[in-house]
Amino acid sequence: MIDFDFHLERGAFTLQLASRIPGNGITALFGRSGCGKTTLLRCIAGLERRVRGHLHMQGEVWQDQQCFLRPEQRAIGYVFQEGRLFPHLSVQRNLEYGLRRIPASQRRIEFAEVVELLGLRELVKRLPNELSGGQRQRVAIGRALLTCPQVLLMDEPLAALDAISKAEIMPYLERLHGELAIPVLLVSHSLEEVSRLADHMLLLDGGRLRAEGPLLQMLTRTDLPLAHSDNASAVLEAKVLNNTDDHMSELVCGGGHRLLISRENVVPGQEVRARILARDVAVALEPPTASSVSNCLPVRILEISDDPHPGHVLLRLDLDGQALLSRITRRSRERLALAPDMKAYALIKGITLN
Amino acid sequence: MGDWLHPQDLTALWLTLRLAAVTTIVLLILGTPLAWWLARTRSRCKLVIESLVALPLVLPPTVLGFYVLLMLGPQGPIQALGGPAFAFTFTGLVIGSVLYSLPFVVQPLQNAFVAVGDEILEAAAALRAGPWDRFASVVLPLSLRGFLTATTLGFAHTVGEFGVVLMIGGNIPGETQVVSIAIYDHVEAVDYRSAHMLSALLLGLSFVMLLLLYMINGRYRIGATNS
Repeated sequence: MIDFDFHLERGAFTLQLASRIPGNGITALFGRSGCGKTTLLRCIAGLERRVRGHLHMQGEVWQDQQCFLRPEQRAIGYVFQEGRLFPHLSVQRNLEYGLRRIPASQRRIEFAEVVELLGLRELVKRLPNELSGGQRQRVAIGRALLTCPQVLLMDEPLAALDAISKAEIMPYLERLHGELAIPVLLVSHSLEEVSRLADHMLLLDGGRLRAEGPLLQMLTRTDLPLAHSDNASAVLEAKVLNNTDDHMSELVCGGGHRLLISRENVVPGQEVRARILARDVAVALEPPTASSVSNCLPVRILEISDDPHPGHVLLRLDLDGQALLSRITRRSRERLALAPDMKAYALIKGITLN
Repeated sequence: MGDWLHPQDLTALWLTLRLAAVTTIVLLILGTPLAWWLARTRSRCKLVIESLVALPLVLPPTVLGFYVLLMLGPQGPIQALGGPAFAFTFTGLVIGSVLYSLPFVVQPLQNAFVAVGDEILEAAAALRAGPWDRFASVVLPLSLRGFLTATTLGFAHTVGEFGVVLMIGGNIPGETQVVSIAIYDHVEAVDYRSAHMLSALLLGLSFVMLLLLYMINGRYRIGATNS
């Protein structure tokens, strides 16, 4: 548990944030730029000296009225947006920098393990200026991990990267999530990134906490801007059943519902997140008998809300306790006389896997 | 070389090099924390201190020397407070030279420290490095060029001083007579040959020092030492 209550004033900007973040999994700090995401990370790291309030990290006091631990006294791993590798040190020495500065008894993470996890073996002899952006970020993550932190703070680790580097580093982040029991705070303004990686979300707005909760709920809450954004989506946690001969994969999600997707790089038994965009979900009152759409799930309409586009409405659908979003036209809604609590069928045209 | 230089000139040369070396060491010891403070502070005093440090760049050395003489001389505050008589001693020369060459050491160091930047230091702090550790493991290696420049300029500038020495050191062979003063003496005595010898020596020495500095600075790139 990461328990904090921060108050910081800096010019016209005021940060006033309190929360208790789960002590495991990835928590996304989400919001527009200037909403205080990075400042919150810096407060947790001890880099903002003027912040008032308290911070209890897994039961340890890092800040309260009496005490303020300096950054070097806090067991954090900080991955900065631009990597911030030491330009005069080789990758190996960069990785070892923090490792050498923690007591031997605290070294729970092996050098070789990190090198393997992040695919750094070929890079250890190089200097930072000989690395690509993606490689640099991997080294920065490794360097932070090797200090065996109690929390990993990641400030938009992908923001400075191009699409190719992003695609290259994403699998490593997902492995981190799967293989290490270190809570992660991830600053991001990319909804896609967050829906791929996070378990929990803090939505910030103007230095304050707008809402927080488990990611799957947050994504589909119609009182929040996420569900109304252009690429609003729901996420279903699913398991791969099998890969078919015609290059498809069959998934099963909660309630035993089957989903069929074009084959991606998955193996049977694997746990995956199926991301379904609101604009890719259509609604029918009866299951279509002749349609190209393969995924047709029985749902109940929970809620119908206005969408930014005046011609659209947003439906929140219940699939045996899992939420789906569907964006349809106002005209269709009237034609089908859709109303809350009605039973319907969700026709899902597109599903992306992580 | 003994045939070419008077024994007194050799003494002056040796004294000059010793003065420059001692002054440079003192300046590095005092200038490093001062430059660090100037590079990091947001205090309003910064501009005042910066201007004071830069004063020797524009002030006639005789003005500087005159005030140092007043400070150190028999009626000066140092002796009034029971301090030793520094005027016309080697120590007095060192004090004067330190003030005179201060900007040549502080400014390159300050620029180097500014160039290191807060970002990389925050990264080091987040990796458990305390303030001294950060200075030794990050700031020093990243400001090597600044230290090299500061050392060379501080040394070379002290070798070349005249006015300050004249005011507070006088012209005591073996104690305060440096090369530039010896040259002046030779010219006064119309001994152009001796003046020539010493001048050429100083010219060559200064040129070689600066050439070495620029060569090393040109070749040295951040990180290139660590492959």
